[in-house]
Amino acid sequence: MSKKEPAGNPLKARTGIAGFDEMTKGGLPRGHTTLVEGGAGSGKTIFALQALVNGARDYNEPGIFVAFEESPKRIRQHAASFGWNLAPLEKEKLFFLDAQPTPDLIQSGSFDLSGMLAMLGVKAREMKAKRIVFDALDMVLAILNDPLAVKREVYRLHEWLLAQELTAVITAKADPNEGTAAGEPQLGFMQFMVDCAVTLNHGTNLGVSQRNLRVVKYRGSTFSENESPFLIGENGMEVAGESEMVQPKRSAMRERVSSGVKRLDAMLGGGYYRNASVLITGVPGTAKSTLGGAFAEAACERGEPTLFVSFDSKTDEMVRNLSSVGIRLERFVKSGVLRMVWARSLTGSAENHLMRIKKIAKEHHARCVVIDPVSALSKSGNENTATSVAERLLDWTKASDITLLCTSLLVDPGSQVENTPLQISTLSDTWIHLNYQIRAGERNRGLSIIKSRGTAHSNQVRELILSDACITLTDVYTAGGEVLMGTLRWEKERAEQAARDEAKTVAEQRQSKLLTEEAEIEARLKAVQCELEAKRAEKKAQTQLATGRATEQARRGKEMRKLRGSDQA
Amino acid sequence: MSKRPHFKFRLYVAGDSPNSTQARANLQTLCATYLPDRHEIEVVDVLCDPKRALADGILLTPTLIKYSPPPIRKIIGNLSQTQTVLTALALPD
Repeated sequence: MSKKEPAGNPLKARTGIAGFDEMTKGGLPRGHTTLVEGGAGSGKTIFALQALVNGARDYNEPGIFVAFEESPKRIRQHAASFGWNLAPLEKEKLFFLDAQPTPDLIQSGSFDLSGMLAMLGVKAREMKAKRIVFDALDMVLAILNDPLAVKREVYRLHEWLLAQELTAVITAKADPNEGTAAGEPQLGFMQFMVDCAVTLNHGTNLGVSQRNLRVVKYRGSTFSENESPFLIGENGMEVAGESEMVQPKRSAMRERVSSGVKRLDAMLGGGYYRNASVLITGVPGTAKSTLGGAFAEAACERGEPTLFVSFDSKTDEMVRNLSSVGIRLERFVKSGVLRMVWARSLTGSAENHLMRIKKIAKEHHARCVVIDPVSALSKSGNENTATSVAERLLDWTKASDITLLCTSLLVDPGSQVENTPLQISTLSDTWIHLNYQIRAGERNRGLSIIKSRGTAHSNQVRELILSDACITLTDVYTAGGEVLMGTLRWEKERAEQAARDEAKTVAEQRQSKLLTEEAEIEARLKAVQCELEAKRAEKKAQTQLATGRATEQARRGKEMRKLRGSDQA
Repeated sequence: MSKRPHFKFRLYVAGDSPNSTQARANLQTLCATYLPDRHEIEVVDVLCDPKRALADGILLTPTLIKYSPPPIRKIIGNLSQTQTVLTALALPD
């Protein structure tokens, strides 16, 4: 490398490819060359074309596409299939050069690219081009048929690009399985020369397509070094970059959102946290979807745009099934607050599903998302990637201010081991487990909160009761160390009620008996009192009589003495 | 003599680059040897007239086009392999 890096951080040229600009902290090295390698059909041309078209359309950077492998006509067709309208751009901002070696080409001796570069230089100045793509450079290098000549021409091209100060993308085929050392010496040479190198690969895992992109080197810049999955979707390429996810926009929220079940909210200390990720696990039929539906209904009642992704049931079936337990979602589907999506779990990679979910959620401005069940992502062929997809799903919802509820199926109903195949239980903020208790010929649903970060949640198992009107939780009874649910709970409840009733009656009887006795005593008391009064009166009368008699006697004596003329008075 | 056709060539070169210089010399030698007095050579320097080369679809230099007699033949390279050139031009050696 003869050219020096500009001082400080080199400017970046945005590609506009979702995820890639984040991975590379801004895009391609501006004014420098990027090498994109990959096998056949790995998406090299699309990557290059998308960066070029976005540059011309969105960043006012006109560009030139030098097509060594496909005719410009076919490339225009690719672009049209992604919905990119090139016709207006081709008037002044986009130029395709058909550089396919013609089949009737005869070669005699050595040749070089200097003529082409001279022409491109004129064209680039004329249209003030800032970007250039050399698609399938290996095609023309192969004709050179001489390693020294290849080196010379690659070096010529490189020098020319630097002199022109064009942001360049060179694509070249490479077999990702063989590496670059043995089969493709020119590519190894190019990798050393360029400032940025990107590898694309496309493989299958149990028949499910997996595409990955890796930034191999990037001079003068930090970048995400890991292999990132990418998709070629209907709008072009999207890379599942990491950096967009790792920093949530907001700090942890204290706001609570209802789970849709009053008593569950109470158990959780007010509901789920806003922006939390909630995992509901359980064997089939334990009402996982129902809890998802209840959460969605509560969100819609608050007027929050909600996305319900159903993998197992068609959306109309899901709406019907949920209405049987009093969750009425149809009105919200009609009003547009709720978007229901049926994602077949059998086709497409986990990555594909994630991209699709993200896209719809963005379109819908969703604040709450339900994925039922998230375990569908780990179906055959996706085991290796599903964990990372689930992680990124959680990170993405956090970063996008979305409260996420995932249900997850536990495959083996017998084990009741609370393991999740996606291993998102450790990442999720709240984990609710549903299971069956089978006793006395009955299956009853039990709900327990395994964890809920930042919440003093109840640690008791509750019975989950579904009726045609609502969903609720009930306390369970424990008797002899066993949890009672269903009719056993009901019987226990009845028995306790009867005991209470009996005790009440006894108390009432006793009370009334005491009252009677009290009244009786009071009556007796009154009678005695009366008797006392009578005696007192009698006694008084007796005393008066005695006094009267004495007085009368005295008076009589005095009178007799007076009559007798006594001298005693 | 009228049976023997007149050859018209156009040689696209890139200035004085080694391959281009060699191509010019090789073509002149070849014509002097095999087509004396019955050839025309037009040399186009793509560095001087890049738009013409672009319009003609010439990207690799040097490129030799024989456009008369038909059919048109396109040969790239510095023409160092004389046998290949003669075969392409359907000339006996």
